[in-house]
Amino acid sequence: MKDEKNFFEKLVHSIFLILGLVTVGCVLLITIYLIISGIPAIKKIGLVPFLFGKTWESTAEHASYGILPFILTSIYGTAGAIVIGVPIGFLTSVYLSKTAPKRIRGIVEAVVSLLAGIPSVVFGLVGMLVLVPGIRKIFHVADGASLLAAIVVLAIMILPSIIKVSVTALDAVPEEYENASLALGATPIETYFRVSVPAAKSGIATAVVLGIGRAIGEAMAVMMVSGNVANMPGLFQSVRFLTTAVASEMSYSSGLQRQALFSIALVLFLFIMLINAALKFFLKGKKE
Amino acid sequence: MKNKKIICAMLIAVMTAGVMAGCGRGSAEKKVSTDGSTSMEKVIGALGEAFKQKDSSVTFTYNPTGSGTGIQAVLDGRCDIGLSSRGLKKEEKEQGLTETVLAYDGIAIIVNPENPVENLSAETIGKIYTGEITNWKDAGGNDGEIVLIGREAGSGTRDGFESVTETEGLCKYRQELTSTGDVITTVAGNPNAVGYASLASVSDNVKAVLVNGVIPSEETIKDGSYVVQRPFVLVTQKDKELSETAREFFDYITSNDAAEIIYKAGVVPAYGEETAGDATLP
Repeated sequence: MKDEKNFFEKLVHSIFLILGLVTVGCVLLITIYLIISGIPAIKKIGLVPFLFGKTWESTAEHASYGILPFILTSIYGTAGAIVIGVPIGFLTSVYLSKTAPKRIRGIVEAVVSLLAGIPSVVFGLVGMLVLVPGIRKIFHVADGASLLAAIVVLAIMILPSIIKVSVTALDAVPEEYENASLALGATPIETYFRVSVPAAKSGIATAVVLGIGRAIGEAMAVMMVSGNVANMPGLFQSVRFLTTAVASEMSYSSGLQRQALFSIALVLFLFIMLINAALKFFLKGKKE
Repeated sequence: MKNKKIICAMLIAVMTAGVMAGCGRGSAEKKVSTDGSTSMEKVIGALGEAFKQKDSSVTFTYNPTGSGTGIQAVLDGRCDIGLSSRGLKKEEKEQGLTETVLAYDGIAIIVNPENPVENLSAETIGKIYTGEITNWKDAGGNDGEIVLIGREAGSGTRDGFESVTETEGLCKYRQELTSTGDVITTVAGNPNAVGYASLASVSDNVKAVLVNGVIPSEETIKDGSYVVQRPFVLVTQKDKELSETAREFFDYITSNDAAEIIYKAGVVPAYGEETAGDATLP
């Protein structure tokens, strides 16, 4: 009888272990595959010309593979989205967590969840049909497909992750802190910004990092609004991100061009790893 | 307890057998698989349908991946016939591939309907796309900066357009979009935009201009007077026999019977003629 129990314990244990290993295996497989297929092009092109070259002409007769425009565009685009998205998301979450009436909070939270569920291609489509012509008319430029359009779309897309995580962090601030501050004569607003927000800062930082992760990895929506030309970034320039560089050329690519696209994916992967490391760091700070 | 183990073992054996049986089936089926150019979707879809009507036991598959991927799929033996909307490159032919032109596709130069420009010479189009002419008033239109819309590097349409207008690698695109639909939508939304797209997919919300005074149509593409056109190519391995069904399909779509279907799909059939040079049927 005991034997039987033991056997099933072990069986279940090993099933769980195998399932766990599947996930780890997937990550390992992708990592190894990316490294193996990303290294040859970098070797052929050279690390410095690849990372810091300013021209990308993958199908030209004398092809050049410099991805600096993509790297800078990804960084600028993400930074821009953070600059616009974080204040909105942060203040929304303070409002929702601290001052909003229950019913309004319920409605807004439902709307934010809905926003999180909208597929990125829909963001892209609306951006393409509304935002891009809008930018052309408002700023009197020849064409609205630009870094600015991508930044606006990304800023909206990262709002849900910023709001949700920040609200959770702010909700978790012990009520005693706030009560103590209020008892000492601070106004509610002073209390929220001087006591609650600092107490929740690691959670808010996590929210921002998650937003960065979402923004830098987004491909579909930005591909439809950014114009996709390998220019050095400028606010009204047509630009190409790291993600869109891979996505837009992959289907027709061949030879060194294809290998270089894998190398771009590898660079993007390193960026994401960096962001994940940052996330780990903030989460660790939260526990202490 | 022992009983349970035995039952377990038996269950596993039965399940495995079931999976194996599933794998074994398909082999006797009549199958044709094609893979490649998204531009050829309409024409190859129509041909596949017609072929299935003749023989309903045939399974026809088309994988819309892009010319480059389609050619690679033939090399890897992952499909019977590869579809490419550009001629094969020299290095691809050296790898043992051969091409057969199925049809010719005209590439329309499209502008916004608000744009008064009706006619552009091939030379002007080249100048516009290389950035020599940047304002519509220098090309017979209103005052306004020309916005160049193109396709991504490697696209068959872009390759076709650039090789015909001799602007390879020189185009100063404002936008590089990844599908014909995106190009049409963008041109329809910007009065100063110009783009190019497969003639078959041009819709009413954009205007196709005349090139050298020739209207883009099936007749002008066929007689060669409309110059912006490209081939739709069937790619096969030179030294490998096609399967019987694939062979039948290949012969059918390059026969006169299929010409009308190809024609209806908006491109001009080549009547299965072989291209000049080393194209030999496998």
